[in-house]
Amino acid sequence: MAPPVSNMTDATQTGPVLSADGTPLKRSLQKALFRQKMRALALIAPLLIFVLVTFILPIGDMLFRSVENQIVSATIPRTVVALETWDADSGESPGEEVYAAFYWDMAEAVEAKTHTRLGGRLNYEMTGLSSLFRKTGRGVSDIGEFYMDQLADLNDEWEEGAFLADALGAESWVSAATDAAANDVTAPAFVLRDGVADALPLTAHIYSRFAAQTLAEKDSPLEEDPWEAVYTALYQDLISNPNAASAVSPAAANLFTDAAAAVPNFENIGFKEQFIDIDKDWDDPEAWQTIQAYSSAYTAGYFLAAMDLMNTPDGIARVDEDERIYIRLFGRTIFMSLLITGTCILLGYPIAYLLSNLKVRHANLLMILVLLPFWTSLLVRTSAWKVLLQQQGVINDLLVWVGLVADDSRLQLINNQLGTVIAMTHILLPFMILPLFSVMKTIPPSYVRAAKSLGATNWTAFWRVYFPQSVPGIGAGSILVFILAIGYYITPELVGGTSGVFISNRIAYHISTSLNWGLAAALGAMLLVLVLALYWIYDKMVGIDNVKLG
Amino acid sequence: MSLDSSADDFVVFDHVQKSYDGEVLVVKDLNLNIAKGEFVTMLGPSGSGKTTCLMMLAGFEVATHGDIRLGGKSINNIPPHKRGIGMVFQNYALFPHMTVGENLAFPLEVRGMNKSEREAKVKRALEMVQMGDFAGRRPAQLSGGQQQRIALARALVFDAELVLMDEPLGALDKQLREHMQYEIKHIHDNLGITVVYVTHDQSEALTMSDRVAVFNDGVIKQLAPPDDLYERPENAFVAQFIGENNKLLGTITGREGDIVSVDVEGGMTSKALAVNCGGVGEKTMLSIRPERVTLNSDGPNGTEALVKELIYLGDHIRCRMTVSGHDDFIVKVPNAAGHQHLVVGERTKVSWQTEDCRALDA
Repeated sequence: MAPPVSNMTDATQTGPVLSADGTPLKRSLQKALFRQKMRALALIAPLLIFVLVTFILPIGDMLFRSVENQIVSATIPRTVVALETWDADSGESPGEEVYAAFYWDMAEAVEAKTHTRLGGRLNYEMTGLSSLFRKTGRGVSDIGEFYMDQLADLNDEWEEGAFLADALGAESWVSAATDAAANDVTAPAFVLRDGVADALPLTAHIYSRFAAQTLAEKDSPLEEDPWEAVYTALYQDLISNPNAASAVSPAAANLFTDAAAAVPNFENIGFKEQFIDIDKDWDDPEAWQTIQAYSSAYTAGYFLAAMDLMNTPDGIARVDEDERIYIRLFGRTIFMSLLITGTCILLGYPIAYLLSNLKVRHANLLMILVLLPFWTSLLVRTSAWKVLLQQQGVINDLLVWVGLVADDSRLQLINNQLGTVIAMTHILLPFMILPLFSVMKTIPPSYVRAAKSLGATNWTAFWRVYFPQSVPGIGAGSILVFILAIGYYITPELVGGTSGVFISNRIAYHISTSLNWGLAAALGAMLLVLVLALYWIYDKMVGIDNVKLG
Repeated sequence: MSLDSSADDFVVFDHVQKSYDGEVLVVKDLNLNIAKGEFVTMLGPSGSGKTTCLMMLAGFEVATHGDIRLGGKSINNIPPHKRGIGMVFQNYALFPHMTVGENLAFPLEVRGMNKSEREAKVKRALEMVQMGDFAGRRPAQLSGGQQQRIALARALVFDAELVLMDEPLGALDKQLREHMQYEIKHIHDNLGITVVYVTHDQSEALTMSDRVAVFNDGVIKQLAPPDDLYERPENAFVAQFIGENNKLLGTITGREGDIVSVDVEGGMTSKALAVNCGGVGEKTMLSIRPERVTLNSDGPNGTEALVKELIYLGDHIRCRMTVSGHDDFIVKVPNAAGHQHLVVGERTKVSWQTEDCRALDA
């Protein structure tokens, strides 16, 4: 047996330990453990997938919304590009080219009906933009109509969808679309006539968009009236390229030649003037500043708003005093959650102590009483507190009857912070008692006895020996209660009034009422970070290893 | 040691009774005097009331009736922390959140002792149990034996005159337990403290104690020094509980002074020492220690025996045989040079001296 032994000693001294067949021991071990690991993975896989799909991914998506801002660059891309060169600090509204870009963007957005959503988004940053975009959406078609009418004055044909389709579409497409119309089926995808894109670039682009959308709605461009913006584009293209008629279909060439000759004499109003005509707010640099400031695909705007800050041309500034609500709400949420945690400790500790020291039969009965709140609906319990706490409620009636409180000065116990603290302490108390109980149950009575036999009074024995050992239970209960409290929603909503609501109520408001999901997501993300930060601090101070749930 | 002398009545149980539920007495009329410096062990099966007695002495249980006196003063109404009794618990009860040093300093701290004095005493106590280097450790970092030493040091550090030990060695392995028995005994001898020790392990009781109180069913069956207890049990329970015992049931047929003649069930007759038996015609139990039985010799009380089973134990061979119809009769055959080898199924003769055979209550 001597040689193998010496081999092994050599191996441990010079290199990795080898298993019997010469492979490194570590690799053999990994191989041996692989199946075990796979088995464990397979066992958790269903839950993992479930949580991932229904929980982690939606939360991730929600959190992504707190910085996502692609709606601006997606809806008005040309404007965003044009605004890049505009100096927001100039104090003047941008030049004509920005308004032109804005016109084309809006023309498409109005037809796609996305301009109201953009207005809604920008309204979070500057009040009034929502209605401005709505109003502008209605006014944009007037601009196109202005040119359409002038073209129609030359020849009524210009107003016909079929005429423009025939003029701009490829011959093969026109005949296919005509056949389709005759057979009452949807026409094939629109194809531009060769050369049109070069001769009439604006028209080609906007008409292609029109055709695509019309086809998407199962209508034929041959029958539908073109967008008004197509005429604006035609006017612009004919001004810059009088020979465009050569590119269109032979049948339409005459009309195009006539139009090209006539357009220089058309009445023309600049885009800027037209927009200011729609609403004079477009002359105000502030609206443009807002668009410019929030034109990037990702924004910190929601987070700034969640911290009562805003993006101004002069940098980040605090919002007006009377609009600062979120920091105060966060502060209140933390303070009240701590208060609730504290009252839960004060009320729960003696109960847990009693529970862990009673005979099993009595302890079970008491445990049922502790768990009773768990078995009734949260809504029912909270509503019960409304009945108990209101000014004409049971508690006030009792106090008046006893004579502690005058009938005309009944206590305000609900719809304020007190109501929230009372109701939430009651609801969260079991979450404090159960971990405390399970920790206390594991503290043998011999410790206190030992302390007493060593000369400690009842209090010293409790404080120096029993209490330190129950701290893990307090820690576990506190974390549980605090984290539950900080995100609580229903109870503050029902009994908190205005002064007793939590940050989660505000998040719910933005999710379901104001529909500002970005802000809701930012607030939620901040709440999440806050909880994680507190958890971290707790870990540093108490040590998460000291937390025991049983 | 004379129990009448009041100087020897350091701890006194005076007609103490204890009931938990008002229906059953766990301790029935207990009278026990313990002299200063004595090592008394309460020995008995579980549920015999020995731990209850210890807890009453420590103050964690209140006697339902009777008086417990310590140093001449009744301590019935003194709370445990004022009794000044050191105690070693079954699972040591070392405070897990304190270091060894803090554990030992705890009783001194609550007595308001200043820091330097405390440190000196802790150091001395730790050295006494040979744990001088462990003051900074946590109890969880110590082995069972080390924890046991610390628990002992903690019970001694505040100079208690009376130290109670509640099965302190129960959680240790056999070898360590035996080692600790000697150590506790030496500490007791060196410090001159009074120890009341509770155990269900009879060998522990026999090795360590000055006197052993054998408990059964709330009553002290016998209170005697270890050798008396083993060699001169006064009743069937003690004979059976302490050490190995051969019992032969029979009826008394005659009496001559201290000697009775007994007709053993199964046919044989034997003379025996009348210790705790009735008169002629009454049932009795004969108790003979296995090592007092001789093989193959014609003693005064002899009979045929059939070897049923042999167990080799190194220093001796344990031989189970059938004697007078009792098939659990044990004989210890020393593994001496040239001893005779028994064979299972072999018929042999057993005999014993009359004074080694005690007639006890049936």
